[in-house]
Amino acid sequence: MMQLAIYFCYLAVSLALLMNIWRLYIGPNVVDRVMAADTLVINSMVLLILYGIQTKTTLYFESALLLAMFSFISTVAYCRFLMRGDIVE
Amino acid sequence: MFEMPANVWEWVVIANLLIGGVFVFIGSLGLLRLNNTMARMHAPSKATTIGIGGVLVASVFYFYQVVDEPYRIFPAQDLLVVFFLFLTAPVSAHFMAKAYLHKHPPQESDLPQPTNGVGWATFKSLKSTHDHP
Repeated sequence: MMQLAIYFCYLAVSLALLMNIWRLYIGPNVVDRVMAADTLVINSMVLLILYGIQTKTTLYFESALLLAMFSFISTVAYCRFLMRGDIVE
Repeated sequence: MFEMPANVWEWVVIANLLIGGVFVFIGSLGLLRLNNTMARMHAPSKATTIGIGGVLVASVFYFYQVVDEPYRIFPAQDLLVVFFLFLTAPVSAHFMAKAYLHKHPPQESDLPQPTNGVGWATFKSLKSTHDHP
């Protein structure tokens, strides 16, 4: 039952990753692509957490935290660059 | 694979996993299917955040109550990830909306024409303050 729920989550998150990659490919403007990249990193973080639940290790929690931080910082850097033409002034 | 859950914590973990997976899927479906950029911004910043919260809360309950004894810890990192994501998702959505408005500034011709022939007050007052300082 638990394994079945984890497999269902794997399926949902994998389809979500495919849809994010498709939006990253067709995105009409650059903000759509930034948004798709942000969501892609966060969904792959969910995939790491699911793998940690399945294999009963707590090894991947720190990497999940690092992925969340890098996703936020890269989104802010991209948007700063779009708005100001520069990241650190 | 099909053995029934032993106690109520396992049911809690399964419910949180299912809710999280469904919300993550709905968030990315909205990112793909909605029809303009400002509408597409809603789906990842709300639905995906709730889905990630579900999966991470399932992970917290799993490692704190369900898993066999030598692996049992309290995963504070997961709660930190949930806290961090719930804090930063609105900030990054706000940044992306500001970048989009900077790239595509709103035009008066995008709005429907008002019926009484006066025009939109925002654009009107901007123009009048520029004309008569």
